[in-house]
Amino acid sequence: MSVLLVLIAASLFVATGFLLAFIWAVRSGQYEDRETPAFRILWDDKPANNDKSNNTSNH
Amino acid sequence: MAELSSDFKLYQPVIGNNTCYHCGAKTSASGLIQFDGKGFCCAGCKTVYELLYSQDMCTYYNFQTNPGISPPESGISSRFLYLDQKEITDQLLLFNNGQQAKIRLDIPAMHCASCVWLLEALYRLDNGVYQSRVDFLKKQLTITFDPRLTSLRKLVELLTAIGYEPELNLEKLDNKVSQFSNRQLYIKTGVAGFAFANIMMFSFPEYLAMTDTVEDYIQQFFGLLSIALALPVLFYCSADYFRSAWQGWRQRTVNMDVPIAFGIISLFIRSTVEIVSGAGNGYMDSFAGLIFFLLIGKLFEKKTYDSLNFDRNYKSYFPIAVHVIRNNHETQVSLDNLQVGDRVHLRNNEVLPADAVLISGNGLIDYSFVTGESQPVHRKSGDVLYAGGRQTAGLLEVEVIKPVSQSYLTGLWNEDVSFKEHSGSLSVLSNTVSRYFTLVVLSLAIGSAVYWWLVSSDLAINAFSAVLIVACPCALALSTPFTLGNILRILSFNKFYLKKAEVIETLASASVVVFDKTGTITRKSSDRIRFCAADGQPLKLSRAQKKMFAALTRHSGHPLSQQVFRFLEEEELVWLNNFREEPGAGISALIGEHEVKLGSAAFTGAGSSEFFPFPRVYAAIDGSPLGYFEIQSQDRPGLDMILPALRQKYDLLMLTGDRSTEAEKYAALFGSDRSVSAEQTPFDKLDNIRRLQKNGATVIMVGDGLNDAGALAQSDVGISITDDINTFTPASDVIMDGGVFHRLPGFLKLARFSRIIILVSFLISFLYNIVGLAFAMSGTLSPLIAAVLMPLSSVSVVVFTSAATYLSARRIGLSLPFGRVGGEERN
Repeated sequence: MSVLLVLIAASLFVATGFLLAFIWAVRSGQYEDRETPAFRILWDDKPANNDKSNNTSNH
Repeated sequence: MAELSSDFKLYQPVIGNNTCYHCGAKTSASGLIQFDGKGFCCAGCKTVYELLYSQDMCTYYNFQTNPGISPPESGISSRFLYLDQKEITDQLLLFNNGQQAKIRLDIPAMHCASCVWLLEALYRLDNGVYQSRVDFLKKQLTITFDPRLTSLRKLVELLTAIGYEPELNLEKLDNKVSQFSNRQLYIKTGVAGFAFANIMMFSFPEYLAMTDTVEDYIQQFFGLLSIALALPVLFYCSADYFRSAWQGWRQRTVNMDVPIAFGIISLFIRSTVEIVSGAGNGYMDSFAGLIFFLLIGKLFEKKTYDSLNFDRNYKSYFPIAVHVIRNNHETQVSLDNLQVGDRVHLRNNEVLPADAVLISGNGLIDYSFVTGESQPVHRKSGDVLYAGGRQTAGLLEVEVIKPVSQSYLTGLWNEDVSFKEHSGSLSVLSNTVSRYFTLVVLSLAIGSAVYWWLVSSDLAINAFSAVLIVACPCALALSTPFTLGNILRILSFNKFYLKKAEVIETLASASVVVFDKTGTITRKSSDRIRFCAADGQPLKLSRAQKKMFAALTRHSGHPLSQQVFRFLEEEELVWLNNFREEPGAGISALIGEHEVKLGSAAFTGAGSSEFFPFPRVYAAIDGSPLGYFEIQSQDRPGLDMILPALRQKYDLLMLTGDRSTEAEKYAALFGSDRSVSAEQTPFDKLDNIRRLQKNGATVIMVGDGLNDAGALAQSDVGISITDDINTFTPASDVIMDGGVFHRLPGFLKLARFSRIIILVSFLISFLYNIVGLAFAMSGTLSPLIAAVLMPLSSVSVVVFTSAATYLSARRIGLSLPFGRVGGEERN
């Protein structure tokens, strides 16, 4: 049964990874605006070709 | 066939239905403006199309037909000059290091995918732009640009020229950094969800009754892990509930968060004690789940408000800068720096931001925003002009006599009522309920503890904490935000925008509805004009007469002249000589050999001026009166339907700044003469509302414009009605689109339904509580039962409230935002 402990540790490790990924996503502003990206996907020619600053830095 | 249809296309260019290819407005049949085989309604729209065409940017028109916005007619050359002033741009820019600058602009005109595309492709139109990003829900555009290559003024002028005029005002200057963010809440929910899921996994042996087969040390390990995972939930995720409960406790008001805090604490302490002492595995799963569900409810609530942020005050109505004369030079000065004694140039159509004395110029001031009176008034040098008036006849020079913040208009706002505070907590109703709820729960807990004390002290503590745990009003706490949130969404979808969810409850308990007249009951834009002979019979004007009147009215800036000019629809204009405008009387000119006069009855020789229900413009040619143009304001469609419907439930009142002759017509619709009050100043309206409230009435005020601002703020629910979302609306609890005025009774009905829905969902959650309490008080609450009851009650309350709100909205006949809400709820 003690193999359970290893498994639990592994699963907690993976789950924590996902939690951290989620926190990173929220902090980088990906949850601020979930409407506009839906429009952007409609465009064939990428208008953002001189995308110098990234969206995440100044929020 | 194929060839035929393509031929057909050739001969029928895309001028379908005489609509403008750019903005979709009706094009006039005769003077069609064409370019590239497409028809346009005005030169402005054509210019925008030409610009996009020349840059190969017609993709704009692919996402939606006629996506454009007709740009403003008047020149924009001098309007934004103040944006060259460093002190003003410094206030507006988010960031500027000389090489890169960043600005966030509000663009109310943004409305579709095409808009987003064009605004994000701004770098093609101005090579100083690095990047422009749209936030569609907030209608904001963030531009990063190189201040060496372009300037803020150029960007704003470009945006205005293509029809997306940004909203620039003082208010924005004040709080440009107040970026409301839900990030904390998202993270808290995420952490709670993470802990919830993992603790549930550790509780599986217990759920499956495998405690005998799993070794003790593993059980203990699981228990300790649960505590470790629950710690961040207790200290981080639920901190807000403790804070709120503590505040409520200190102010002697028991809010919903008090029993929640009790529940949380007893859950955590009891579980920790059980785990550490090895007595059991505790209720950590229920604990984390409870916080998780509560936070989801909060997230839902917050999200609903995000798109509904429309606090405004007088500052959003005033210009950012004015033209001040200093050392014989006209300079741009921002309103903050405007001082008493400054000489200010006020151009045509500009709004005066502070009370001032007229020094020179022909003052024709439109106070319609302040007083509701639709006729501009004449002012000569030496007269005092009040802030909020709009000059409508050429350049004025004025001297400021009061600071901006103490002027007439701003005084109206600051009149202590203006920003009434709604109770800070979630809702009035649920607070009343939770007060009793807390009392009952506490006495039950103590009661069962006392009862079990006779048997054993262990059992007593057990029962005491179990009661607190099971009574934790999670479902109760969810029912109000979910019901009100759903209703808020439905109402917004029907163009009835509420500022706060609490407004729904106030709406539901209202007893009096007060209406303003001009702009509220009647529509400003759709005035009907007819020409009558002196005896009042309608008369048809000859073409020659029409031409003459059109030529004459075209030269005058008076609103009545402009209305008549639009009514005449004459495109061919004739030459005129000796044009004269006599303030307060009329206009005259020589056209050919004829002397043409338009104006008051006395001015045109048609007799003495009297008061009529509708404004009249008398016309005379060569000294002989012809008749008059009568400008009737039109009621909103459906008015005669909704007033009787409302009268069944509410007392109706009309308060108007107009003359009583015009107001009396509505006495029948409103029920009696007493319910119509005319000649009300903005302060009278406010006092009237106050008097009603003193008599115990809960008042809904429906108004528009600044003249109602005080009354809207004083009333329990202020509904400001607007026909054009982009124009000024005073601060109010609700903004209603003029087009849905006829649905007002339905909106109020839905608000009343919301009370019933909340009450029923309270009952549902009470039922669960009673079942749980039975277990708790008998001392047999197992972690499994707690883990099942809690989410079950929450889910059933959420399902019930959602279903009930949508069903009742459908019964009332409101449109439902099904697709969108379904998508949004599930993230």
